[in-house]
Amino acid sequence: MCAMAGKPTGDVYRFQDSKGQWRTHRRPSHHQDGFRSGGPGISYERQGDDLILQMGPQHPSTHGVLRLEIVTDGELVKHITPHLGYLHRCFEKHAEAMTYPQVIPYADRMDYLSAMNQELAYVLAVEKLMGLKEFPERLEYIRVLMAELQRIASHLLAIGTYGLDVGAMTPFFWCVRDREKILDLFEWVSGARLLYNYLWIGGVAHDLPAGYTDKVMEFVTYFEPRVQELNDLLSSNKIFIERAASIGVLTAEDAISYGIGGPNLRGSGVKWDLRKEEPYGIYDRFDFDVPVGTGEFGVLGSAWDRYIVRVREMLESLKIIRQVVDQMPGSDPNEAMPRRIRPAKGEAYLRTESPRGELGFYLVSDGTEKPYRCKARSPCFTAISALNAMNHGGMLIADAVAVIGSLDIVLGEIDR
Amino acid sequence: MTPEAIHDALQQYFGEAITAFDADAIDPTVTVEASAIHDVGAYLRSEPDMLFDSLMCLSGVDYGEAQNSLGVVYHLHSTALRHTITLRVEAPRQDGVVPTVCDIWRTAEWHEREAFDLFGMRFDRHPDHRRILLPDDWEGHPLLKDYQVQEFYQGIPVPYEGDPPEIGMDVYRFQDREDLA
Repeated sequence: MCAMAGKPTGDVYRFQDSKGQWRTHRRPSHHQDGFRSGGPGISYERQGDDLILQMGPQHPSTHGVLRLEIVTDGELVKHITPHLGYLHRCFEKHAEAMTYPQVIPYADRMDYLSAMNQELAYVLAVEKLMGLKEFPERLEYIRVLMAELQRIASHLLAIGTYGLDVGAMTPFFWCVRDREKILDLFEWVSGARLLYNYLWIGGVAHDLPAGYTDKVMEFVTYFEPRVQELNDLLSSNKIFIERAASIGVLTAEDAISYGIGGPNLRGSGVKWDLRKEEPYGIYDRFDFDVPVGTGEFGVLGSAWDRYIVRVREMLESLKIIRQVVDQMPGSDPNEAMPRRIRPAKGEAYLRTESPRGELGFYLVSDGTEKPYRCKARSPCFTAISALNAMNHGGMLIADAVAVIGSLDIVLGEIDR
Repeated sequence: MTPEAIHDALQQYFGEAITAFDADAIDPTVTVEASAIHDVGAYLRSEPDMLFDSLMCLSGVDYGEAQNSLGVVYHLHSTALRHTITLRVEAPRQDGVVPTVCDIWRTAEWHEREAFDLFGMRFDRHPDHRRILLPDDWEGHPLLKDYQVQEFYQGIPVPYEGDPPEIGMDVYRFQDREDLA
């Protein structure tokens, strides 16, 4: 956390002296040779003297196996080229050899930190392809309950590891402790802690066990005060704010053009949530807010804005879960489950709001039991592609780590 | 705007470059001549009553040897006007070329790299035309329907030898069960 000594703004260099006073220092002229500054976001160009740094594929802060080829000039990052594919498991090729229900466990393994949301997106896409619309009420409520619990679990890990990335150890332990309680709930209902194969096409693997919603409410009442604790510990921590609130700024226009969705887009101040904009399932019945970044401690669209959107979203998810538990009807969720999945010839694209953004599935059916083409449109894939758009000239090598952490990427979903 | 109105506007503006329109599909799809896709994209992006600022998804599809064509499917959405349209172009399976749209929607840059990597169509004027998921020296494009995996990759045998392990997956083979047929 003490690596914040310098804040380069163009050729004038700001630094803190030994008494903590901010002072400015003009770079010596021989350092400026070959630099070109342009506008408020300064861009540098320089021939020669570049150091190319390879970060990864085995690196703790790349959140998986990702290799970044960083062109550096001293401490400054000039350009980042991400190299993907270290976790490529041919999801789309496998899907073409499987029947529609058999793809669900593979979809789980794409983003192993929010497997319920991956299943939900895939299952909804198949249902759209088959033209299924009417489902038992209880099934719809179970789906929302699972998706929102998973969103909290996923955000908890995102927040915890982000703290870890910038040097705050304790929040990670607290977050993992609370996430464990959600995983216990999932284990109870599906038998698995991470990869569930629970949401099926037109149904679920098992109905909720007796007393499940009581345990969910127990968790909700336990967890709500913990968010405030987390805020006190990390969100409003001065060191953390100074570290994160001015780096990795992503403008709203760039975010939309790069196809970024979810908390990363809302951190840039765009009020866009697919649960509100294109309500799938029964999301239009619930009352919840869409938190957006406001740039309250720094620049709008900074890493801190993306972080705080996730924290506030957890509270909104809790709101939804309360309503779900209140309204949960009692019936058989698997009444309408089709026994034979053979969609007619056609194609469909469906997108949902996963914890990481806009997760879409594009399915083409040729009238058989296996998908002719199954394309997963991954939110992390687009998020990592915008890495260079977040570098306005002053990104330090240590900032690159903090920016990647704020994007909340999962390599299993990028490489598929 | 409705998909029909969007198609009519495109038809009026581009004439013969718009080859087909499927209004009854689940997602109404306009088929565009491959050479015109960049112009169509620029028009849809900037025209005041279109404003398609978001490319939701760009997918490659292999329509098989019988049809001898590869497809690229663009799912577009306008965050300002809240309407959606799907575009499709087709290119020949061998040496197919499609103009890039990544100067219109930045997200297309990586999605086009992915489509090239897995299907092998070229994207004309793409700034960084490399493979993205597979290694640079991989042979062939795996999502083609007639893809044959290479024998060796850097001295390592690639194809899987022997029968797949028995894991009881045949429970799910509905086509073998007459009571469900």
